[in-house]
Amino acid sequence: MLGSHILSWVVFLPLVGAVAILLTGRRAVVARGLAMLVAVADFALSLVVLARFDGADGGDQLVERAAWLAGGKISYAIAVDGISLFLVLLTTFLGPLVILSCWRAIADRVRECMAFLLLLQAAMLGTFVARDMLLFYVFWESMLIPMSFIIGIWGGERRIYAAVKFFLFTMVGSIFMLVAILYCYFQAGSMAFSDFLALQLPRAAQLWLFAAFALAFAIKVPLFPLHTWLPDAHVEAPTAGSVILAGVLLKMGTYGLLRFAIPLFPQALTTFGPWLAVLSVIGIIYGALVALVQPDVKKLVAYSSVSHLGFVVLGTVSLTPEGIAGGIFQMLAHGLSTGALFLLVGVIYERRHTRLIEDFGGLAHAMPLYASVFMFVTLASVGLPGLCGFVGEFLILTGTFRSALLPHARLLAVLAATGVVLGAFYMLWMYQRVFFGPLRHEKNRGLADLTPREWAYLLPILVGILWLGVRPAPLLERMQPAIERLLGPVTRELTVDRAPLQQAGGARLGTVALQVSDPLEVE
Amino acid sequence: MESPAVETALRWIVLTPLLSAAIIGLAGRRIPQRAVGLLACAAVGLPLALAVKTFVRLTGMAPDARLLTDAVAPWIAVGKLRADIGFACDPLGAVMILVVTGVGFLIHVYSIGYMGHDPGFRRFFAYLNLFVFAMLTLVLADNLILLFLGWEGVGLCSYLLIGFWFNEEQNAAAGKKAFIVNRIGDFGFLCALFLVAATLLPHLTAGESPFAFATLRSHLGLLGSVATALGLLFFLGVAGKSAQIPLYIWLPDAMAGPTPVSALIHAATMVTAGVYLMARLNFIYVLSPVAMAIVAAVGAVTALVAASIGLAQNDIKKVLAYSTVSQLGYMVMACGVGAFAAGIFHLMTHAFFKALLFLGSGSVIHAMSGEQDMRVMGGLRGKMRVTYATFAVGTLAIAGIFPFAGFFSKDEILWKAFSEAGGGLQFWAVGFLAAGLTAFYMARLFTLTFLGENRASDHVRRHIHESPRTMTVPLIVLAVLSLVGGWIGWPHFLGGANHFETWLAPVFHAESQVVAHVAGEHAAGAVVSAHGARAAQEFGLAGASLLWAALGLALGWWVYGRRPSLAEGWRRSAGGIPHRILANKYYVDELYEAAVIRPGYALSRRILWKWVDVGVIDGLIVNGSAVAVAITGAVLRLFQNGLVRFYAWAVAFGAAVFVVYLTVRS
Repeated sequence: MLGSHILSWVVFLPLVGAVAILLTGRRAVVARGLAMLVAVADFALSLVVLARFDGADGGDQLVERAAWLAGGKISYAIAVDGISLFLVLLTTFLGPLVILSCWRAIADRVRECMAFLLLLQAAMLGTFVARDMLLFYVFWESMLIPMSFIIGIWGGERRIYAAVKFFLFTMVGSIFMLVAILYCYFQAGSMAFSDFLALQLPRAAQLWLFAAFALAFAIKVPLFPLHTWLPDAHVEAPTAGSVILAGVLLKMGTYGLLRFAIPLFPQALTTFGPWLAVLSVIGIIYGALVALVQPDVKKLVAYSSVSHLGFVVLGTVSLTPEGIAGGIFQMLAHGLSTGALFLLVGVIYERRHTRLIEDFGGLAHAMPLYASVFMFVTLASVGLPGLCGFVGEFLILTGTFRSALLPHARLLAVLAATGVVLGAFYMLWMYQRVFFGPLRHEKNRGLADLTPREWAYLLPILVGILWLGVRPAPLLERMQPAIERLLGPVTRELTVDRAPLQQAGGARLGTVALQVSDPLEVE
Repeated sequence: MESPAVETALRWIVLTPLLSAAIIGLAGRRIPQRAVGLLACAAVGLPLALAVKTFVRLTGMAPDARLLTDAVAPWIAVGKLRADIGFACDPLGAVMILVVTGVGFLIHVYSIGYMGHDPGFRRFFAYLNLFVFAMLTLVLADNLILLFLGWEGVGLCSYLLIGFWFNEEQNAAAGKKAFIVNRIGDFGFLCALFLVAATLLPHLTAGESPFAFATLRSHLGLLGSVATALGLLFFLGVAGKSAQIPLYIWLPDAMAGPTPVSALIHAATMVTAGVYLMARLNFIYVLSPVAMAIVAAVGAVTALVAASIGLAQNDIKKVLAYSTVSQLGYMVMACGVGAFAAGIFHLMTHAFFKALLFLGSGSVIHAMSGEQDMRVMGGLRGKMRVTYATFAVGTLAIAGIFPFAGFFSKDEILWKAFSEAGGGLQFWAVGFLAAGLTAFYMARLFTLTFLGENRASDHVRRHIHESPRTMTVPLIVLAVLSLVGGWIGWPHFLGGANHFETWLAPVFHAESQVVAHVAGEHAAGAVVSAHGARAAQEFGLAGASLLWAALGLALGWWVYGRRPSLAEGWRRSAGGIPHRILANKYYVDELYEAAVIRPGYALSRRILWKWVDVGVIDGLIVNGSAVAVAITGAVLRLFQNGLVRFYAWAVAFGAAVFVVYLTVRS
């Protein structure tokens, strides 16, 4: 039955599940159970995808294509490659854990909540596998609605403000992207991603189109200074929303940049690449410094995401194999570690209904296991070698350091590396104030340690964090052919670009292009 | 070149303590305390046995072929950029694993007694085993990335163990400080790794890892142009880990941890990791006379400055802590003048006598009901015979009295600082001065603690007792090592063969020739100078430093034992200012606090968060003040009165301006 439509099953099973829940899940327990069942089944299906995936092939795999609209110019086309694969797995992996995490926390309108969570999952999965630009856009926009509702209905006090802000921010970016997609569509005569890739656009057009795409993605990442929706969204969102937001949704931005903006408009990179890199580095340092002074743990973690995602963008625009591989890896690592951090913040919030650092202190006395788990995740977040955070950061920074595209690449890498120091600072300082010292508040004295249900959704992530840190090679191996396939044409184009530029006396760009051929040498 | 011999014992040396740490950490209270102690000790004892086996196997090989490897698994690999999990043991590695497992084992045994009544007994041993794992990874790693894993791992364990008694906020803060200051050093380490990758990657063939020590060695020609940058970046890491100026400030605070931790991590092993790193990368350092000169200078100044602070501390562990910083300065200076073997020699003897001194101080603190202030100690000689006698050995060893271990290693460093091409009279003089201060403050410590009358309260005094066997036996073993441990480096000028230097020669051999080359005629001149004259010179300098140390000891004993009024007079001299400066460690912590931490916090909070984030981006650009009011007021109505559209336009406009700006600018 799965046959050649396995990928469609992965994407649409959650959608089917959502509909089923809306129809039958009047009782909370049914809604929860059904959602859990669907999410677990979806994860199992995605493992089938992993098993069928050929790691040596850098191209699209498990391709499904069917004419959809406009006489086949717009089609239903989906596929995975080494770049999408692990993001799909991350999404389906977090799915059941998220549902388990809000088993108790969401008591109101459970049916709708579960349906929205599954809808969101379907939309996210679709975004990662779509190979038709309109299909991509549809999935991209349909993520917005369930997420806004999750924040707006089950969120905190200022939830409406946060939801509207989230919606509008993202919407603005998307509109420009839609215009850009339409422009390309009229040039290419089809919405197929492959036809977009084949377009030979003049440099001036590439600049504008890249800007439109990059704006949408930069807002989603979020890149400094477009990040201010994020702390509000996180603080107001329920735990489940925060986990999905940080775990998967933000990666849409970095994924989009890598999948679409860069290969489609490579010539714009010489103009915008350095700027994106500079904004990333500002974001890395700025996010860390602002995280340092947050009184609210959740907001601290939210700002830390700004810092961590800055690394991803930096690696991506370095246009080196290790920078990009590191970027993808960091997306996964951040999905696990920051996802876990939000889950852990949720654990304590359910008990104490506060997230202010000053309301805690000495929690390690009352909840030693919770404290240990929190420490483990903290260490992953600060990039301790042996856990997941190190691999990505290290690859990104090495790639940036020797990037031929970025001017002052070494300076950028060195500045970004200060984020590693600052990361340790804000995380450990927060940890110290929350967990160490004497128990200062009576209310914290009798707190229960982790329950079996909490262990059930934390343990898989903890294992993942360790596994990614110790055995990253199998993942990196499978990404590599796809990265080379993506980089090849881009670097070629930048090299071709050299001739007219040099004639025009563009010596600086000329040397850039010359050096860019270096990544091609990778076997 | 034929491939080196394989020794799969290496992985078990590393992994045994990790397994044990995992078992103790996960099983927790299900294992009885006794079994935890035994398991933890066995998990270091087995690697000790394997280390001896490895050492014996190495001795049976031809000196230049002494290298054992154990490739375990691939780890990180993207294109040519790869780092594997693999171990290698050469003569330098063998010395390190013997010291780490040997001293580590003794300290584990000691801890069974010392931590016996602590409710965190299991956690303690889990951390301690984890530390040994990380330290062994650090010294056996065959590439820089795996070494970095160990490097960060020991930092983590240090953090966890400094803050072991986390109920005291001060301890937790000390742990955090240690981790963050180390991270500042690691920033340098990381940048060095980037530079290595960027320099080597374009020139490697498939299968070569840019970070493997073997690759680095075989591509020295490429590294020549970046050797100074590499040397200095790695040295930033060294300064963090091995507590050199300007990053030494975390180590004295680290004394907040349990005393066995101070002995193992903050004296014998972890803090020497920086010295090990420089010795491991000696072939890079010798390519850069500039980096070497800076290293030597920083080491020398650290040795002197820390010793001077040690003069004015009253906490017994703080004195030992500054003494450690000072001794690390000697080791770093040795590396800086090109005498890597001497640095490692001192690393080893220091591990023996400093572990002994710390464990001895732990025994004292144990007996004094937790008291660490030497001003209320005194007269412990009669009540703690073993601790007293072994501590005396440690004091003589660190002061550099013949024939104790410290004499040989310190003298070797002083001689090399004087005679090596990269050295000079100034390095010798600073080292000589610091040696006198060392003898003096150790005599002060010993006198105040063990001699004279006891100054404690009656309640404390009644409890003073000798420590249990698990604690005294390690003291005795370490005391023996502090005596005989230096004899394997018995120098030629005293009729010895300096086996230690010979043993390490294959690791440093080729490089000392490079030094000679770099130093040019000056070195050539030194080489041809008559052998006999050199021996006489060496003999004379050794005699001078021996007399100098004896003088320091005698003076310290006389002032603090016989003429306390004199010490009091010194304390008050010049309005008490010199003493206050020393006692407050030259106010370096305060300087950092005022110059970096407080402004950084204010910048982050007032300017970045409140002004840029909330004020400018959100308030001005995103919300527009009127819209913000409207939204918080009546959100649902907004959908009808059209303000949302205005809001959306505000966002769109802001974004558009931004995009236009970007385009125009570039």
